[in-house]
Amino acid sequence: MSTVAPPRPDAAPQPPARPSLGRRVLDLWLRWWRRLTAMRTAIILLLLLALAAIPGSLLPQRSLSQNNVTQYFADHPALAPWLDRLYLFDVFSSPWFAAVYLLLFVSLIGCVVPRLVEHVRALRAAPPPAPRRLLRLPDSAELTTPLAGPAALDVVEEELRVQRFRVVRREPGAGPADSAGSSGMELSAEKGFWKETGNILFHLSLVALLLGLAGGKLWGYEGSILVTEGQGFCNSFQQYDTYSSGPLVEGADLTPLCVDLEDFRAEYEEDLTASSYTADITYGAPGEDGRSTTIGVNDPLRVDGDRVYVTGHGYSPRFTVALPDGRVFEGVSAPFLPADQATMASQGALKLPDLGAGTDDQLALEGFFAPTGVLQGGILTSIDPRPLSPQVAIIAYRGYLGLDSGLPQSVYSLDQSQVERGRLAEAGRANLAVGESLTLDDGTAITFDGYAQFAALQFSHDPGQVWVLVSAISLLLGLLALLLLRRERFFARVGPDPGSGGTVLTVGSLTRGGGESAARFAELTDRLRTALDARSTQPPAPSSVGAAPEPEAPPRDR
Amino acid sequence: MTVDQSLADLSDTLFSIAVALYSVAVVAFSAQLAFGRRPAARQLVGAGAGGGTGDGVAPVETPSTARWGLIGLGVTVLGALVHTGVLLTRGLAAGRLPWGNMYEFATAVVLVGVVAFLVLAVRTPAVRDIGAFVLAPVVLSLVAIGLFLYAEAGPLVAALRSSWLAVHVSTAIIGFGIFFVSGIASVLYLLRVRHDARGDDAGSSVLSRLPGAATLDRIAHRTAVFGFPIWTFAVIAGAIWAESAWGRFWGWDPKETWAFIAWVVYAGYLHARTTAGWRGRPSAWVNVIGLVVMVFNLLYVNMVSTGLHSYAGVS
Ligand code: HEM
Repeated sequence: MSTVAPPRPDAAPQPPARPSLGRRVLDLWLRWWRRLTAMRTAIILLLLLALAAIPGSLLPQRSLSQNNVTQYFADHPALAPWLDRLYLFDVFSSPWFAAVYLLLFVSLIGCVVPRLVEHVRALRAAPPPAPRRLLRLPDSAELTTPLAGPAALDVVEEELRVQRFRVVRREPGAGPADSAGSSGMELSAEKGFWKETGNILFHLSLVALLLGLAGGKLWGYEGSILVTEGQGFCNSFQQYDTYSSGPLVEGADLTPLCVDLEDFRAEYEEDLTASSYTADITYGAPGEDGRSTTIGVNDPLRVDGDRVYVTGHGYSPRFTVALPDGRVFEGVSAPFLPADQATMASQGALKLPDLGAGTDDQLALEGFFAPTGVLQGGILTSIDPRPLSPQVAIIAYRGYLGLDSGLPQSVYSLDQSQVERGRLAEAGRANLAVGESLTLDDGTAITFDGYAQFAALQFSHDPGQVWVLVSAISLLLGLLALLLLRRERFFARVGPDPGSGGTVLTVGSLTRGGGESAARFAELTDRLRTALDARSTQPPAPSSVGAAPEPEAPPRDR
Repeated sequence: MTVDQSLADLSDTLFSIAVALYSVAVVAFSAQLAFGRRPAARQLVGAGAGGGTGDGVAPVETPSTARWGLIGLGVTVLGALVHTGVLLTRGLAAGRLPWGNMYEFATAVVLVGVVAFLVLAVRTPAVRDIGAFVLAPVVLSLVAIGLFLYAEAGPLVAALRSSWLAVHVSTAIIGFGIFFVSGIASVLYLLRVRHDARGDDAGSSVLSRLPGAATLDRIAHRTAVFGFPIWTFAVIAGAIWAESAWGRFWGWDPKETWAFIAWVVYAGYLHARTTAGWRGRPSAWVNVIGLVVMVFNLLYVNMVSTGLHSYAGVS
């Protein structure tokens, strides 16, 4: 379509006196508003939006991986702080990205709302008068017929009504057909309002989609936690290993829900590609009897707009620690994080701060877990993700772990600075198969008992999600209507044919969308020609038959 | 599920045969161009002057050039059948849909491009004149895919085992394949416009035998109009799948980001094509950028960056 609006006056004509300040501000504002809502601006904003998204994929983003950002800072200590000042590690929540899309949406609303008003008005108005020079239209033709002018237009009108056009007839130069009911000498017809409806639906859906996204960001939250088989968690920020929440989320608003992991299974193909992960869970409000279900990849638990996902899994090696004083701690374990998904070779740490009497004889194990271990030159590696022959390689440390030093510590590794400062000292190391023990210098025996599996679970709450889905579907429907339907205007005018004394019928059409208009126009004119020929060989019908124009009839859409 | 090795080998053989057939088609289409007579140089079509009828003056067809065109078309159809066989045997060998890794995905995209071209060429004979320019990139792409993206037939990782694989990936493939043809048409349009502007009447140039600028522009636009809703659907389906597989429907993962960029660029193209000041060459450039973004999304995002979409299986 041509979206070139008729040239708008650039500014109001200058009155002789200097306009008031308010007037000038208004003019300036109007000018900027027009510029912003012009299609050219929209295109530039669209391309800018595309451009603005690029750094978000080339640089590490905090929203995706805080670790990668930290790594980037370590690798580029000079550059990174500058990039950070430009929000380049938070592109999609940066003010400049927001500026681009907000401007774009303002432009869009400014563009679409007038069109909506116009469209509603057009739905009720008669098709516009025929342009003066029909032969200038993209598709046009001249037909001659011995019929008189009005009779020829009757034929055209009948044909167009069959094809579900809205038709109106006018005297040339006059307004809409006069109510006297006389057959005018020209005719305008129109169909295809769904195209424009689709256009408006599409653009408004974009706005709805943005609102849904914003709602989800403001009121949504997400927490992740590693849960070992036989254990569970309840939905509260204190329990999560990591969580993120929208600015309008109150801790007290979280859905009361607890989930226990009963059993976890990972299945593999022969070539060791993981084929499925499933977790048997029970869930329910705190204190309630849980209901059981199974969740897995592509198959989360959904309850009342909240979802619980399995996002990963791993092994927690289990140990028994027997102290020289006779105390025995059974089943101590900690999740070891997979370092390699293909073999599930995992790393982790087990901190036992409360074994001894003081803070200086705390015990910790750091090590490596191989579900199917082999020793190669004394180094333990894993060759299979399945737990066929679990082994661990551990180093035991004794000393002060620094847990209460006030500095945050990862639960998955030891604080190496404590080792470097000599506050944690190695007390022994060994590679252990199930049932084997490492005895430390002071007689403490650490026995590798086996493993439990853990699942990485994620709890998500996004109140905007359904809204976004509905907007996306209506966006798609609008788009299909907009792109695949066509809007046609068809005009005809009659004049005397000086040669034969009959009538020249000039027809033209204007099509928006739908590809080749020429072929369809040719078909329509052929049909008109046939109809005209058929009519002119019959005795002339009275000019007020059946399909007489009803200019006052409510227009039909399509 | 074990992989049927003989079927997988057959698939690889068919791949080579398809490349060979397409190469023959390139030769035939080139012969059509080379032997075609220059079109009567009566047209210098303004950019985007769509809608008219007589703008796409094809080279004047002599029976022999038409024959070369038909041969090219026939061999391309044959190639497309064999190409379909590549994917079918792959899928049968691995017992799953044949688009589980980048090799299969890219191979399927090219097939859709070829089929889109064939549909256009059967319906609009003028399109046959660009056969060489479609099939040559097809051959180059396939060779590159075979050399750099090849992956053994194998089972799918767990996250891909979902019926959304069929929905999301096949629509992405179809959208991409159609944009492929659209982008080529825009490139040819740009070449043609430049050629016309120079008033280069020597006639030696192959460009003078291309369809008229307005025809090329219209092919580019119509294919993009067809591809855009499909791509939109693919992105939406991807988001729905991501919601159940990864715990959120949109997370600006690199693949998602580039799908978004491509979507916005194509929206920009569709707007530009109908906006004063952007019609013609500027909008064609936007379409070309769209295709570059799609290819970048396939190659860079799978091979260089890491994200949740890294199932590429390229070693
Ligand atoms: C988020 C930004 C936008 C997106 C993604 C978008 C997308 C689209 C798409 C895909 C089309 C179909 C193009 C076609 O008809 O072939 C379209 C049509 C249209 N858009 Fe937008 N649009 C956006 C913003 C705007 C803005 C800001 C304006 C006004 C300044 C606008 C005005 C129009 C008009 C008038 C049409 C109809 C064009 C026609 O019928 O050919 N759009 N839009």
